Amino acid sequence: MSLVLILPIVIPMLSGVSILLAFRSRVAQRFLSLAGTAALTLAAVLLLAEVSQTGIRVDRIGDWPAPYGITLVADLFSALMIVLTAVIGLAVAFYSLVSIDQRRETFGYHALYQFLLMGVCGAFLTGDLFNLYVWFEVMLMASFVLMALGAERRQMEGAIKYVTLNLLSSALFLAALGLLYGAAGTLNMADLARKFASLTDAPSQGLVTTLAMLFLVAFGIKAGLFPMFFWLPASYHTPPAAVTAIFSGLLTKVGVYALIRVFTLIFVHHTELMRTVFLTLAALTMVVGVLGAVAQYDFRRLLAFHIISQIGYALMGLGLGSALALSGAVYFIFHVAIAKTALFLVSGLARQLHGTYDLKQLGGLYRSQPWLALLFLVPAFSLAGLPPLSGFFAKLSLVRAGLEAGEYVSVVVALAVSLLTLFSMIKIWVEAFWKPLPAGSAPASSAVKGWLAPIAALALVTVAIGLGAGPAFGLAARAGAQLLDPTTYIATVLAEAP
Amino acid sequence: MNSLILQTTTRYLLPLLLLFSIFLFGRGHNEPGGGFVAGLVAAAPFALYSIAFGAREARRVLRIDPRWFIGFGLLVALTAGLLGVLLGRPFFSGVWTYLVVPGLGPIDLGTPMLFDLGVYVGVFGVTLTIIFAMEEAD
Repeated sequence: MSLVLILPIVIPMLSGVSILLAFRSRVAQRFLSLAGTAALTLAAVLLLAEVSQTGIRVDRIGDWPAPYGITLVADLFSALMIVLTAVIGLAVAFYSLVSIDQRRETFGYHALYQFLLMGVCGAFLTGDLFNLYVWFEVMLMASFVLMALGAERRQMEGAIKYVTLNLLSSALFLAALGLLYGAAGTLNMADLARKFASLTDAPSQGLVTTLAMLFLVAFGIKAGLFPMFFWLPASYHTPPAAVTAIFSGLLTKVGVYALIRVFTLIFVHHTELMRTVFLTLAALTMVVGVLGAVAQYDFRRLLAFHIISQIGYALMGLGLGSALALSGAVYFIFHVAIAKTALFLVSGLARQLHGTYDLKQLGGLYRSQPWLALLFLVPAFSLAGLPPLSGFFAKLSLVRAGLEAGEYVSVVVALAVSLLTLFSMIKIWVEAFWKPLPAGSAPASSAVKGWLAPIAALALVTVAIGLGAGPAFGLAARAGAQLLDPTTYIATVLAEAP
Repeated sequence: MNSLILQTTTRYLLPLLLLFSIFLFGRGHNEPGGGFVAGLVAAAPFALYSIAFGAREARRVLRIDPRWFIGFGLLVALTAGLLGVLLGRPFFSGVWTYLVVPGLGPIDLGTPMLFDLGVYVGVFGVTLTIIFAMEEAD
């Protein structure tokens, strides 16, 4: 029994419930939202400290032994993702207080936000594939409502695309689960890993490959991989900036997390085939995403295309599959989620100031908001991979892993996409910050002190994991090592004694 | 809607359906039934009431805002999970106790039932929140 493992699920649920019970008082809701995410951050750091010191932690829900009951498992990768969720959750919760309108608040914005965090934390912690599906659903239910809350016309259009494609992905996931259960008779990930290791004859290998591909498609839709990403740029620019920011920071990352988890633990065979598939998809995802971004003139659509492009890097790490590459992928996900969320928060503030997301109508922010300009440059340069920011080290490790593996095409693509990323960041800089405000655009409106604080906090985290890349990458390297050799994971989960 | 038949029937159905929902809830531990369906059945007479007399009247009869039931139901369900933790066992471990009722013998009381109660209240609240909102949107 370990309390620290259930806290990341219990805390958001408790804050969500208290917010629901306090539906009459807007002030209480706002306070509870902030207090809940702060407590979650504390719990997440505790979990990371504990996992980093004592190794993989396991909790059996309902006291049922694995593989019969549901187990919660926290290895370093999970713990790092929980910390990521909490940090982004706290920053965006703060940003929501200043940016979300009162109408959305009365319709339960803060409660839904907490339930979204609960779903994300649950997905990162579970050691059971069906339970992962359930957490996906919790997260999606909350995200559906957050996406549609406010019922603006544009928003509805985005929400319908978002809901439809995510339901399709859920249906595929569920179908794959059914087949998997029929084939293996278990859904516990560690147990599956053990069972699949002994399946070596040709017919069952065929079945395993089919299942692997089904999971690739189901998680690939959620992650926004190359041919399945349409829903993302079609919907992410419609809800309020705080919602887009939390979605961009967390939701696609849950898809990538599930891919990495499943393909390092369960489907570890056919490495040559999977490697080719992953590296091809990764390269296409990077290129198509960044080309889409370069063509955009809407602040948030541009950033939304970048989410896709960046997912390609994480997938490249998974495809290369070496210790360095997996560590690089873990570090990369952490870095990109924070930088991306910060950029979306900047876009929301630009909208608040000038009433538009259109880069052509924006301008002059460098003169009117020098601090905002600085806070934009930090995550933007980090995303493009300039030293000494976190993106540089993330990309450096991936590129080095690619060179070591002799995958020169992937390396060239990764570097070229980096340049294009820098180009599109400079485009935002020139359009929104550098050029004078076009005539006819609304002049800067209100004071925005409260909006800057969460952006500054995220920018600081980016700088911190960049300047402190030694220890930060050390942690990611240990997480990568755990992923590469799942024997400890399997043994810990399936251990007879609690 | 202003129908005398519906209004009269609703008045008689309200206590009957509530009793039936309690029966379904109790039966659900070992047989078909349970918190979810019982919550739906409990919400049905209030939904009928809002059709017969309007949402405002239905809210008056219910007295408590349905949104409150959602939060309370979830809280009860969460408590069922945390009771095991308080006793030093994993999250959602079953905790059991007996209640001796004169004439009936001992009755098992456990956290699974508490969890189910949370589901009952939560489903009741969600259903009525949705139905009242739709009724009022007209």
